[in-house]
Amino acid sequence: MALLEVDSLVKHFPGPRGRTVKAVDGVTFSLERGQVLGLVGESGCGKSTLSRLILQLLPPTSGRVLLEGECLSSLPPAVVRRRRLDFQMVFQDPYASLNPRLTVFSTLSEAIAARHPGMAGNRTACTEAVAALMRRVGLDARAMRKYPHEFSGGQRQRIAIARALAPEPRLIIADEPVSALDVSIQSQILNLLQGLVRDLGLTMIFVSHDLSVVKYIADDITVMYQGKLVETGPAEEVFHHPRESYTRRLLEAVPRIRFGGDRFSSG
Amino acid sequence: MLSVENLQTFFHTREGVVRAVDGVSLELSKGGSLGIVGESGSGKSVTCYSLLRLLPMPPARFEGGSAGFEGRDLLTMPVKELRAIRGRRIGMIFQDPMTSLNPYLRVSTQLTEPLRVHLGIGKAGALDQAVAALQAVGIADAEQRIHSYPHEFSGGMRQRVMIAMALITRPDILIADEPTTALDVTVQKQVLDLIGRRREDLGTAVIFISHDLAVVSGVCDYVHVMYGGRVVEAAPVRELFENPLHAYTRALQRSIPALQEKGKPLYTIPGMPPDLSRPSPGCAFAPRRPARARATCLANHRPELVEASPGHWVQDCPGCRDEGLDDAF
Repeated sequence: MALLEVDSLVKHFPGPRGRTVKAVDGVTFSLERGQVLGLVGESGCGKSTLSRLILQLLPPTSGRVLLEGECLSSLPPAVVRRRRLDFQMVFQDPYASLNPRLTVFSTLSEAIAARHPGMAGNRTACTEAVAALMRRVGLDARAMRKYPHEFSGGQRQRIAIARALAPEPRLIIADEPVSALDVSIQSQILNLLQGLVRDLGLTMIFVSHDLSVVKYIADDITVMYQGKLVETGPAEEVFHHPRESYTRRLLEAVPRIRFGGDRFSSG
Repeated sequence: MLSVENLQTFFHTREGVVRAVDGVSLELSKGGSLGIVGESGSGKSVTCYSLLRLLPMPPARFEGGSAGFEGRDLLTMPVKELRAIRGRRIGMIFQDPMTSLNPYLRVSTQLTEPLRVHLGIGKAGALDQAVAALQAVGIADAEQRIHSYPHEFSGGMRQRVMIAMALITRPDILIADEPTTALDVTVQKQVLDLIGRRREDLGTAVIFISHDLAVVSGVCDYVHVMYGGRVVEAAPVRELFENPLHAYTRALQRSIPALQEKGKPLYTIPGMPPDLSRPSPGCAFAPRRPARARATCLANHRPELVEASPGHWVQDCPGCRDEGLDDAF
């Protein structure tokens, strides 16, 4: 059974002058355990709305989201809130997604206690779990009493990833997790995510506008345009032999180094 | 046209003196395009903010150097004179359009202001020019949209409004600080094409700051690579990519995710950027080199720029210049 099934999902918003904005317009796909799906499209294509629908942060106009065969869309809100621990999110901007008033320890222990309420009072166990989590994402555990502003952008994104891992989710949705970072830091975060997928068997939806980044981390890529999935296939296939003209247009927009011959031919 | 000599901008903080820019020289010719590449904290933005004196002083202070523009020094001229240059002769665009657009003012007010202030153009004439400027950056329905507020535009549109605003006085130099980093690849391409067209049509010289070598390679003729507040390599763009002489340039090139093979871990530069409040007496990049290379890096004095071939400058540190040691252990 697929871990996640999205079945004819539709979300319409009321638009200006009585029109309807079809943000998500009949999306169907499924995701196996341990797989990484790259969701690619421009801003406004509906990819963020789709993420929110999957997380049950928005009610769909029609269609269903199934996690391990269970239809989330029909569950009562209180149950959905509990199930939400099963899918966590990593956002683009770690400056905005971390609470600046909480230390790394508070942020992470809170997220751990969400899954294991018994840990909340046990400071030693908490400290240990936080330290393990920080090491897991390549941070120095001695820095757990520091605040987000004391870390660099790349380190902050690592904290955000640790926070997403803390409740032991079954699905992670990473929404443009590297687009705000320097190119050299992007590689570090991609390596980290890659390692987590491999070692922890994470299932992930990796949302990005940049096909060249998605290609590296995703097993399959699906391209979204005006609320619909226009092309889906194995990552290498979509990247090297795009079938749709829209996918080709996205690929052509990726800046390339114009010279240097073999040194810069993209692999 | 613009000649920066040995610029030193330090920040005097409670924790000590941060040598953000420490001896940078740049040369921009009329209609030329110059790229400045480096990681966050390398001093690339501070360099450009220094030229227009946009830094809070204190804590920032010019400790040395000059920035000659038409025979006068931007760093020391009276503020009154600088105001006639800033926004008129030298325009600047930033990464985040919301920091340079006023959320309370209509776009029409903000676009016509430079024309009215700098060029003394009347209200109606300025509005006509502002509409034309919006059309030139590819905004449809410019006559109507110009009366909107910034929040009524999408991110890419706002970026274009800001570019239109910076270019409306037809400046001789446009300084672009990571203008496309927050944008989608498709919008990024439109913005880069737009800047390219302005260069061709009006001969606007461009200083383009970015962490992304691929973007810079498409826009600039000449590139400076900055590390730890200093230029480590400077060369014509093609030469820089085909024949990088400094280890940091090579490392930056190798870490572009798009160019790497799927299935293998991506190349990353080991270590951390240097702490600029405790500058190393020798080569600043040495701690991030493999041990065998580090052993031959300059330890006691700072490497100076030397001209390796005509127009191609590199910091003369043996440990960083030797490509054979890049993958040594």
